Amino acid sequence: MTAATAHQTAGPYWHMIDFPEWADLLRAGSGNEGVQGERITLMGRITDGEGAPVADGMVEIFQAGPDGKYEDVFHGFGRAATDSDGVFRFTTLKPGPVPGRGNAMQAPHIEIAIFARGLMQHLVTRAYFEGEALNATDPVLTMVEDPARRRTLVAKPQGDGVWRLDIRLQGDGETVFLEV
Amino acid sequence: MSDPIPYRRPDPATQPPLDSPAYGSTHKRHPKQPLLRIPHTLTETSAPRFDASRYPAHADMSQVNGKGALGERIIVAGRITDEDGRPQRGVMVEVWQANASGRYHHPRDQHDAPLDPNFEGRARIFTDDQGNYSFVSVKPGAYPWRNHWNAWRPIHIHFGLHGAGFAQRMITQMYFPGDPLLDLDPIFLSTPDKAARDRLISKFDLEITKPEWALGYRFDMVLRGREATPFEKA
Repeated sequence: MTAATAHQTAGPYWHMIDFPEWADLLRAGSGNEGVQGERITLMGRITDGEGAPVADGMVEIFQAGPDGKYEDVFHGFGRAATDSDGVFRFTTLKPGPVPGRGNAMQAPHIEIAIFARGLMQHLVTRAYFEGEALNATDPVLTMVEDPARRRTLVAKPQGDGVWRLDIRLQGDGETVFLEV
Repeated sequence: MSDPIPYRRPDPATQPPLDSPAYGSTHKRHPKQPLLRIPHTLTETSAPRFDASRYPAHADMSQVNGKGALGERIIVAGRITDEDGRPQRGVMVEVWQANASGRYHHPRDQHDAPLDPNFEGRARIFTDDQGNYSFVSVKPGAYPWRNHWNAWRPIHIHFGLHGAGFAQRMITQMYFPGDPLLDLDPIFLSTPDKAARDRLISKFDLEITKPEWALGYRFDMVLRGREATPFEKA
């Protein structure tokens, strides 16, 4: 067996592979035109251990469609750059619940991968949706015993279909990052 | 429905730690809490499907509109397998790099080295059924960075890989053989295991080299494999 290749940082110049339209999963040509579902904006602000914005980050999302299936009728990939204030923003459809292991059902969630200068490997976390009944039994959320830490995985509604999940890389209110 | 077979967990020595003190930008950006290890579900074992019709391939960085970029033309080729040696087909590979002078075609790169109008420095290719990929470029230049006094990055090409599971997602850097800057570079040196580190260095390859045209470098990459499947039926 040969171990997987070592990760290396994406560095500050990853924008050479930035295609800003990829932040809109419903764009013309996405393949998602005509998929029925609840249109949402997922946004948030990424800050570092001093609370300073991470202004050179690359955020990728991967999610199921409203039907709870991956890459069936809905192409669930997006990429966005953080702006000068550390803010990322995606336009997408709200995912449905996804089967977990065994007989478990996972609450609707969006997997988030963060790449940046200073991150030797990307960080992975999830955005859940506040108010979902399935959150109470979700296999990942229930692994986080501290309610304050659990809340770092739950996006809050801002009105007009906008959901916000701020991400703190380090320190007070540090986001729960997942080892996948 | 049966549970998806999880990906194998990496040996930490073969991956660079998030807290890598010699690389200054990690200080305020690495989490201090331990990562929460979660069992793999469909969220981790599924992956985006990158259809070449929506994500068109572009395999030649050595020219723009038929005008050649300055620098030493190179062919980079290799094979992508998983940890068990199985070829990984249909992997979308994203590539970006500095030009031959060590300058990125990027507004935030202010290094005092010339831009080249005939070099954009990005490519996208897909592996074939045997896991092979290749692209054409020019050899990038070294450039200074401000990590420490008189710091220079060894010449490198950035690679981003999209495999069959989102848990295989990986970004890495390919280095060049014989570069004296490798032994001084905190990013390269951050991976504890020397063999794992040295696999980031491409090899000059005369078979990939094309006579009268371009030097060839081989860079093979390995994506995470799946755990053993004791109940798998033949």
